[in-house]
Amino acid sequence: MSAVTAGGAAAPRLGFLRRLASQEGLLAVAIIAIAVVVGFINPRFLAYRNLADVLLGNAYIAIAAIGMSMVIISGNIDISVGSLIGVLATISGSMAVAGAPVVVAWVVPLLLGIGVMAAQGAVVAYLRIPAIVVTLGMMSILKGGLISVTGGKWITDLPQSFHLADLNVLGVPMPVLIMVVATVLAALWMRYSPSGRAIYATGGNAEAARLCGVNPQRTVVMVFAIHGFFAGIAALVYATQLRIIQSTTPPGLELTVITAAVVGGVSILGGVGTVVGATLAAILIAEITSALVFINVSPYWTDALRGALILATVIADIMRRERRAARGRRK
Amino acid sequence: MSVIAATPARKAPWWITRHETLLALILVLALFALGAFNGRFLTVDNLLNQGRLMTEIGLIALPMTFIIITGGIDLSVGAIVGLCAIMLGYSWKTFGFPLPLAIVFALFVGGLAGFANGFIITRVKVPPLIMTVATLALYRGLAEGVSQAHSVRGYPEWFYVLGQGEIFGVPTQLLILLVLTVVAGVALDRTTFGRTLYAIGSNETAARFSALNVNRAKLIIYTLSGLASGLAAVVLVSRVTTTRMDMGMGYELDVIAAVVLGGTSIFGGSGTIWGTAIGLAMIQLLKNGLALTGVKGDATIVVIGVALILSVLVASSLQRRKE
Repeated sequence: MSAVTAGGAAAPRLGFLRRLASQEGLLAVAIIAIAVVVGFINPRFLAYRNLADVLLGNAYIAIAAIGMSMVIISGNIDISVGSLIGVLATISGSMAVAGAPVVVAWVVPLLLGIGVMAAQGAVVAYLRIPAIVVTLGMMSILKGGLISVTGGKWITDLPQSFHLADLNVLGVPMPVLIMVVATVLAALWMRYSPSGRAIYATGGNAEAARLCGVNPQRTVVMVFAIHGFFAGIAALVYATQLRIIQSTTPPGLELTVITAAVVGGVSILGGVGTVVGATLAAILIAEITSALVFINVSPYWTDALRGALILATVIADIMRRERRAARGRRK
Repeated sequence: MSVIAATPARKAPWWITRHETLLALILVLALFALGAFNGRFLTVDNLLNQGRLMTEIGLIALPMTFIIITGGIDLSVGAIVGLCAIMLGYSWKTFGFPLPLAIVFALFVGGLAGFANGFIITRVKVPPLIMTVATLALYRGLAEGVSQAHSVRGYPEWFYVLGQGEIFGVPTQLLILLVLTVVAGVALDRTTFGRTLYAIGSNETAARFSALNVNRAKLIIYTLSGLASGLAAVVLVSRVTTTRMDMGMGYELDVIAAVVLGGTSIFGGSGTIWGTAIGLAMIQLLKNGLALTGVKGDATIVVIGVALILSVLVASSLQRRKE
C-alpha cells in the first residue's frame, strides 16, 4: 500500500538506489544539491546566518505541512489553513498585549485551532460535504472576518516573555526544535500506531477501511483536529518569531503548505505519503526562495516556480502510480 | 391532474418545487426588502451598475456550471484572470502589439491555460481539484513573474467602451453576458454536448460505456473556462483602466458560490445555467446590500463564505431526504 514498502520489495537488487529514489531521498538530495550549486555561484548563500534564517523563518510552514499531509493522506484537503494561522496568531498576540498570562496566550490558539478544524472535519465526515467547499467557505470567513475586525492593524508592544520562538534548548532554537520533534513524533505515530494506520486506510479506500473495523468518519474528524493542533503550533511559532504581528493572513500561505505536503510525496489520491517528506519539502521550498535572491532572480518568479514544482510532482506521482498498476496487472 | 395521479409522490406542479423557482422568489423578495430598506437601491441606475460589476464573475460562472455539473471544479479561474490581464497589458506595452491583437492574445492565453488544465486532467487523470490548485499557483506566479509587479495604464479611449460604455443604456459587458448566458443555457439544455455533461456528472463510467466522448467534453469545458476567464480579464481591465498582477484574486470563491447557490450540485449530475444566473444575481445583491448598509468589502466575503457552506448543506440534506 505505501510507496516505501512496495518499492523495497519489488527489486531487492536496487535496494539502495530505490531508497534514494524515494520521495524523501530525492528531496534530501535536492536540498544538498541546490545548496552546493548556489553556494558555488554565491558563497554568501551558505553563510550560517542565511541558512539559519531560512530554517527559522520557515519552520512554521513545515509544522503546518505535517497536519496538511495527514489531511491529504486521509483523502481530503484544507485550504483554510493559511487564514486560520493568521487568525490564531492575531488572537494569541492580542491576548498577550491585553495582559493575559503568556501561557494562556499560547494555549488558547491551540485549542481554537483544534476546535475550528474538528468542526470542519465533522461537517466533511458526517454531513458528507466535500472538504474543498467547507474549507473554501471557512477560508473566506476567517480571512474576511480577521480584516474586518482588526482593520489590518499591526500588533506591537508584545511582552518579552511572549516570544516562544526566541527560546532555545541546548543551543537549538525553539522553532527548529518544534519542527523536528513534531515531524519525528508524527512520523512514528503514523507508521506504527493503529490510529495512524487508520488514516492511510481511510484515504486508500474508505469502504475497505470500514470493513477492517476502522471508523472512517471518526478518523477524518481526528485528522482534522490534529491538523488544527499543528496549525495552532505553527501560528504560535509564526506569531512569536517577529516583534510585530501583521493582523492579516499571510498571502498564499495555504498554497505553500499544500505544496510542501504534495511535493513531500503525499499522494493527492490519498493513502500514501509521509510527514518526513513534507517537512523536507517545506525546507526545500524555503531554500529555493532564498536561493533565487542570491542568484539575482527576481523574487516575483518564486510563486511561478512553486506552481511548476507542485504541478510536476503531481503529474509524476500519478504517472508513477499508473506504471505500478500496469506492472501489477502484468504479473 | 393526470400527472399527479400517475406519480402520487408529486404534490405540486414540477416548476414550483424547483430550486430555481424558489431562488427566484427569494431574489425578488430580497430585492424589494432592500429597496424598502434603502431608497438608493431599487433604482435603474443602481441595478444596471450592479449588472456591470457582476459581469466578470458571471462570465466565468457559465463554464464553471458546466464543470461542476460534470463533478469537476476549476480553482484556477482567478489566477487565469490575473495572467490574462497581465498578458493583455504586457503584449500591448512591451511587445508593442496593437491593442486588438493584444486582446486576442490575452484570450488565447486564457484558452491555452484552460486547455492545459483540461489536457492534464483527461490525459494524466489528475483530479481536477488538485490540478487547478497547482495551476492556481502556477498561473498567478506567471502573472507575478512576467509583470514584475508593474502595472500598465493609459489604454486608448475606445477600449473603455467594453467595460464602461453602454448600448441602449445597458452596460456593454452586461449585454455580452446576457447573450452568452442564453447561448450557454441552450447549449446545456438542448444539445448532445450539454446532455453529455450531465451524463458524465451522474456516472462517468456509464457515460464512457454509452460511447460518449467524455475526454473531449471535459477538454472543451476546461478550455471554455480559461477562455471565459480571459474575456473576464479583458472586461475587467477595460472597467478599471489598469492592469495589475493581483487581478481576479479570490474570484474562484464568488464564482463557485454563485454556481452552487444557483442549485448546481457540487457532486455533479445536476444544475442549470438559469440557476447560476439567479445565484449570480443573489451574490451581487448580497454584496450591494451589505455595502449600502455600510458593511465593508472584507466582511462581505465572510457572508459569501457562509452562503456557500449553507447552500451546499441545505442542498445535500434535501438530496438525502429525497433518497
